[in-house]
Amino acid sequence: MATKKYPVIWLQGAGCTGCSVSILNAVSPRIQNLLLDELVPGQRLNLMFHATIMGGQGEPVIEVLKDAEKNRKGDYILVVEGAIPTAEGGAYGSIGEKAGKHVTIQQSVEELGQNALLTLAIGTCAAYGGIPAAKPNPTLCKGVKMVFNEKGIGTLVVNLPGCPLHPEWFTGTISVILFSGVQALALDDLARPKLFYGQLVHENCPRRADFDKGKFAEKLGDAGCLYKLGCKGHYTNADCPLRQWNNGVNWCVKAGSPCLACVEPEFPDGTSPIYEKISFEDLIWSQK
Amino acid sequence: MVTKIKIDPITRIEGHMAIEAVIDNGVVKEARSAGTLFRGFEIILRDRDPRDANRLTQRICGVCPTAHATASALCLDDAFGLTDKIPDNGKVLRALIFGSNFLQSHILHFYHLAALDYVDAVGALGDLAPFVPRYEGDYRVTGEANAELVNHYVRALDIRRKCQEMLSIFGGKMPHNVGIVPGGVTEKPTEDKITNFLWRLNEIRDFIDNTYVPDVIAVAKAYGDYFEIGKGCGRLLSYGGFDLPTGRLFKSGVISPDLQLEPVASENITEDVKHSWYADSSSGKNPAQGETKPELNKKEAYSFIKSPRYKGEVCELGPLARMVNNYVQGDAKVKELVDSLLGQVGAGVDALFSVLGRHAARALEAKLVADTMVDWLQTLKPDEPTIVPAEIPDQAEGAGLTEAPRGSVGHWITIKDKKIDRYQVITPTAWNASPKDDKDQPGAVEQALIGTKVKDKDNPFELVRIVRAFDPCLACSVHLLDAKKSELGIFRVV
Repeated sequence: MATKKYPVIWLQGAGCTGCSVSILNAVSPRIQNLLLDELVPGQRLNLMFHATIMGGQGEPVIEVLKDAEKNRKGDYILVVEGAIPTAEGGAYGSIGEKAGKHVTIQQSVEELGQNALLTLAIGTCAAYGGIPAAKPNPTLCKGVKMVFNEKGIGTLVVNLPGCPLHPEWFTGTISVILFSGVQALALDDLARPKLFYGQLVHENCPRRADFDKGKFAEKLGDAGCLYKLGCKGHYTNADCPLRQWNNGVNWCVKAGSPCLACVEPEFPDGTSPIYEKISFEDLIWSQK
Repeated sequence: MVTKIKIDPITRIEGHMAIEAVIDNGVVKEARSAGTLFRGFEIILRDRDPRDANRLTQRICGVCPTAHATASALCLDDAFGLTDKIPDNGKVLRALIFGSNFLQSHILHFYHLAALDYVDAVGALGDLAPFVPRYEGDYRVTGEANAELVNHYVRALDIRRKCQEMLSIFGGKMPHNVGIVPGGVTEKPTEDKITNFLWRLNEIRDFIDNTYVPDVIAVAKAYGDYFEIGKGCGRLLSYGGFDLPTGRLFKSGVISPDLQLEPVASENITEDVKHSWYADSSSGKNPAQGETKPELNKKEAYSFIKSPRYKGEVCELGPLARMVNNYVQGDAKVKELVDSLLGQVGAGVDALFSVLGRHAARALEAKLVADTMVDWLQTLKPDEPTIVPAEIPDQAEGAGLTEAPRGSVGHWITIKDKKIDRYQVITPTAWNASPKDDKDQPGAVEQALIGTKVKDKDNPFELVRIVRAFDPCLACSVHLLDAKKSELGIFRVV
C-alpha cells in the first residue's frame, strides 16, 4: 500500500523562530523522523514549505505556496508560527511576492487557511497574539483563530501555545491526527488539546508540597514554592512538570524560576510583572 | 546588460529577509538588503517592570535568545548597581549557558542553514521536500563524500539538540532559558550537574573536532574560489565577551582594513537613518540617547533596520571579527587554530575576509568556546552562592554589551519610577545587514555583495552564499518599530 502523505505548509509570522527551534529539539520522534520517515506505519508528513530549513529561496518557493492553494485543497496541514500583523492591511509582515506585489503574512494565512485540512497555531503568538500583541500592540498582531473568525474562515484551528511550545505538544498532536484522525483531538475551550493542556502546572508541581506546608521562597535561588516570586503555575494549563523540557533535563520551576504562564492567552500583559505575586482575582479573564 | 535579481524570501536564515542586486555585465553593481517583518519590542517594553526585559527580550530571537538574556542581565546588573556583586558562580553559570547556545547556533548555522548551498541533499536523499525546489547547478561534492556530508547534516540535528539539553541543565529550558537573571543565575551547580554537563560537552567537542571542522575544510577545498568572494568592508568590531574571573575569552577592539587595532568606546557608536524609515532628526545618535521616530514617507528609505556605525565607519561583526581580533591581539590558541586551518587549505590571513573565511572562523570559534567551557566548568564551587538579590531603583540608567553568536549585541535601559522608560537594543545583524548610511556607504552585507560575479542569474548561488555566510538574524535586527502610519505602497519599496 502506498504511503499516505500529509503535505505541511509552515508559515512564519510575527515571531522569533523559537517554536521551530523547539521542534528541532524533539526526541522521539526526532526532527529527522518528522522530515524523512513514516511517522506511523503507512503515514508520513511531507514538509513542503518551511522558510528556515527549505533548500530553495525566492520565487520558486513561493510557487510551492501557490500550488498548494490551488491544487491541494483540503489536503494539507497549515502550520502557523508567530502572530499575524494586521495593522495597515497587514503591511508589517510579508513573505514573497505575487504579480509584483508583496504578499502579506495575513493574506497568506487567510488564503492558505481557507483551503487547509486544518490549521495548527504553534506557540502563543500564533494562538493568541503573544508578545508581539502585548501593549500597545504596535502592529495590531492577532492569533490565527481571531483572524479566521473575522474573515469567516471555518477551517479548524488547533492551538498549541507556549513560548515556545514543547516539541511533544506538536509531535503528540500529529500522532493523534495520524492514528485516530482530526476528530479525535479533544480540545478545551481555548482550542488546546486536553492531552497536553488539561492539568494545571500547580497540580503536578514538585514544589507543591512546599506550597501546602507554607514554605515559600523569599528571593530567587531559595528553596520552596515560588508563588511569592510570581509563579503563575496555579492557573497555567500545561504538563511541563510531568513532561519536563529538553529531553527531560529540566524545566522552569525545577531551575528555580517562576512559571511565566507562557501558554495562556493573557501572556504577557495579564501575567506580568513576571516576578510579582499575582492573586487569582487580578487575572484578566476577559479573553477566556 | 543591466538586470535586477530579487530574492524574496531569503530562506535558511532566522526571520524575514529579501535582497536585491543590480547586475551589470554579470557583476553586482548595487545591492540592497531589507527585512520584511516588523514587531516593536522597545515600544512594548515601555512602562514594564525592568526585570521583565530579561525574559521578554529573549523572545526577540528564538535562535539566539541567550544573547539577549545575557545582554539584558548585564544591562540590568548595571542599572541595579550589581555589576561588581555578581558571585563568581553566577558569572560562570551564565557563561556556560551562553556558551552552550553558541555551540548550538554555530552547528545549526553551518549544517542546517548554510550547507544546502554546497552539499547535494537531493543527490543523497532523492527529490524530496523541503530540499526541493532549490538552485540547480553548482554542487561540487559528489558520490560518497557528498553522502557523508548529508549524513552529517542529519547527525548535526542530534548534536545541536544535545547542546540545548546541556544548556538546560543550568538554564532550565531552551529556547528561552529561565536561569540567567539580573543578579546571577537561579540554578545551583551541584557536583552531579557539573559531571552531567561535562560529558555532554565532551560528546559535542568530539563532533566539533572530528566532524564540524573537517567538514568545513572539505567544503573549503571543493569551493576554494569562495576564499575570494564576498570580501566585505574589512573593518571588524567586537565589544568583547565572556568576562570571567579567569579572564576574558573574546577580546574587544576595532580592527581596520590594514589590521590596525583600536580600543572600543561605546560612545563612538551612532545610528544613521537616512535610508531607514525613521525621522532624519533622529539620525547620528548614540543608542544611550537613541530615538525611534518612524517616518514612513521617506523617499530614500528602504529598510526598517537603522545603520549602526563606529566613528561613522561601516563594520562587520561576528565570528570573523572576533577571531581576527584575538589573532591580532596575540591570542596564542586562536593564532594556532587559524594558522593551522589556513595551512590545510593553502590560504593566507587575507583569505579570511571571504565567504569561506566566515565559515572557518565560526567553526574554529565553536572549538575555542567548547574547549574553554571545560575550563570554566572546573571553576564552579558547588556550595557557594550563584545569585544576589536584585532591587529596582527609582531612577537609573544601564548598559549591557556582549558578544552573541552573530556578533556584538548591546542593550541600553533608562528606568524612571521603577519602570522602563526607554529600552534600546542594537543587534549584530543590524550592523551587518544595515542599509546605506548618511554618507551613502552601503552596509556590510551590501558591500560583500557588490563586485561579485554572478555566473547564472537564474541560479545566483554567489548571492545567497554571501548573505548566509553572515548568519543573518532578521528577527533580531528589525525588532524596532512604531507603527503610527504606514502604507503598503511604501513598504513595497524593496
